[in-house]
Amino acid sequence: MIRVVLPAHLKNLARVSGEVRLEVNGSITQRLVLDALEAQYPMLCGTIRDRQSGQRRAFVRFYACEEDLSNESPDAPLPDRVVTGEEPLLIVGAMAGG
Amino acid sequence: MSGVRMLVGTRKGAFVVTSTGKRKNWKVSGPHFGGWEIYHVNGSPADPDRLYASQSSGWFGQVTQRSNDGGKTWEPAGNEFAYEGEVGDHLWYDGTPRPWEFKRIWHFEPSSDDPDTVYAGAEDAAIFRTTDGAKTWEELPGLRTHDSGPRWAPGAGGMCLHTIILDPVNKDRMFVAISAAGAFRTDDAGKSWQPINQGLRSEGIPDPKADVGHCVHRIAMHPSRPDVLFMQKHWDVMRSDNAGASWREISGDLPTDFGFPIAVHAHEPETIYVVPIKSDSEHYVPDGKLRVYRSRTGGDEWEPLTAGLPQADCYHNVLRDAMAVDTLDPCGIYFGTSGGQVYGSADGGDTWAPIVRDLPAVLSVEVQVLP
Repeated sequence: MIRVVLPAHLKNLARVSGEVRLEVNGSITQRLVLDALEAQYPMLCGTIRDRQSGQRRAFVRFYACEEDLSNESPDAPLPDRVVTGEEPLLIVGAMAGG
Repeated sequence: MSGVRMLVGTRKGAFVVTSTGKRKNWKVSGPHFGGWEIYHVNGSPADPDRLYASQSSGWFGQVTQRSNDGGKTWEPAGNEFAYEGEVGDHLWYDGTPRPWEFKRIWHFEPSSDDPDTVYAGAEDAAIFRTTDGAKTWEELPGLRTHDSGPRWAPGAGGMCLHTIILDPVNKDRMFVAISAAGAFRTDDAGKSWQPINQGLRSEGIPDPKADVGHCVHRIAMHPSRPDVLFMQKHWDVMRSDNAGASWREISGDLPTDFGFPIAVHAHEPETIYVVPIKSDSEHYVPDGKLRVYRSRTGGDEWEPLTAGLPQADCYHNVLRDAMAVDTLDPCGIYFGTSGGQVYGSADGGDTWAPIVRDLPAVLSVEVQVLP
């Protein structure tokens, strides 16, 4: 079970509170987790990754285990503690704008 | 007793504001989608309870919301606005080419007879259409791929398609306006488009009389006379009596002819309204006075409407999509300001009153008359 924490605006959009829990099979990567997230909550399509390019939106960041994973390859394995559900993957709206 | 429902888009959410047909006491519902920029909310003429809202953010991109119950509840709808085929380049602010890149929807224009059909105006400029109630969107690429496209450039607010007018008589005819490309018309339901900018003169572009490149801020039409168009350009208020084939200036005795919105009275096709703004470098009303100007002669001769509006120390702007009229008699006029006030007049502009004073900056106002 993968745990994901969404930023407040996306929690409202997806109508969830607290963490999202996702069943993801295989080698757990950022891409697989986001694919599963968007499959479960289709209204999030385009809000984290650009619809056309599939790239992370510029002001969205991915943190886990006190590391910034934003610029890691989307196909790189996520940390073991995220894979085991010990730690969540944090999807964060970047501090910007004041 | 009929009712009036106002749909207000702001920098930080949408508000639904309702009243009886007397238009005296108003109830404010919202914010819906709090914290998001709501560029536009619009209702279907064919089913007034069907609403569409454009919700966007610099962080999370474009979301489309749809309501089937007049804004009581909302559901996210399709938000995939993909340019068709080769994207191509337009001019950037510095004159270099830059590929089209979707940023947001500025305007939704629902069809007059089908609640599932809606046109959407995008930044970077393009027109999209849904025929399934916003589940899916397809571009009408003939506009973006017009020969003049590589010469279009963004205005200060981006290269946005902000105005869509559907001809109520000739269903194959539409008008759009783009900042800063100008006005365009299709006569074949969006397959092909022609610039309709003859007569416009813009000092801010290399050739002031160019066929494209004009910063058109808004176009308005009275449904009884679809060949007569009124335009608030960056500077200049203009009029066309031949469906945009040519334009003439009607700024007349306005104190300044810079501004954003323009609207036509619901029952008097020669009565039009603008809100003069001091200049393109000072985006607020002149002399600290919030004045709507009305012409009852189709332009040239204007009168200030001030009763009930602040006449000292007011420095707000009124944006292009933030003025609307209702179809009651007398005609109601409404506008929202950058300071978060929404003002209304239930007597064609003679007297005004604030409807709500302290919203976030208002981006758009639409009004529906309900049975």
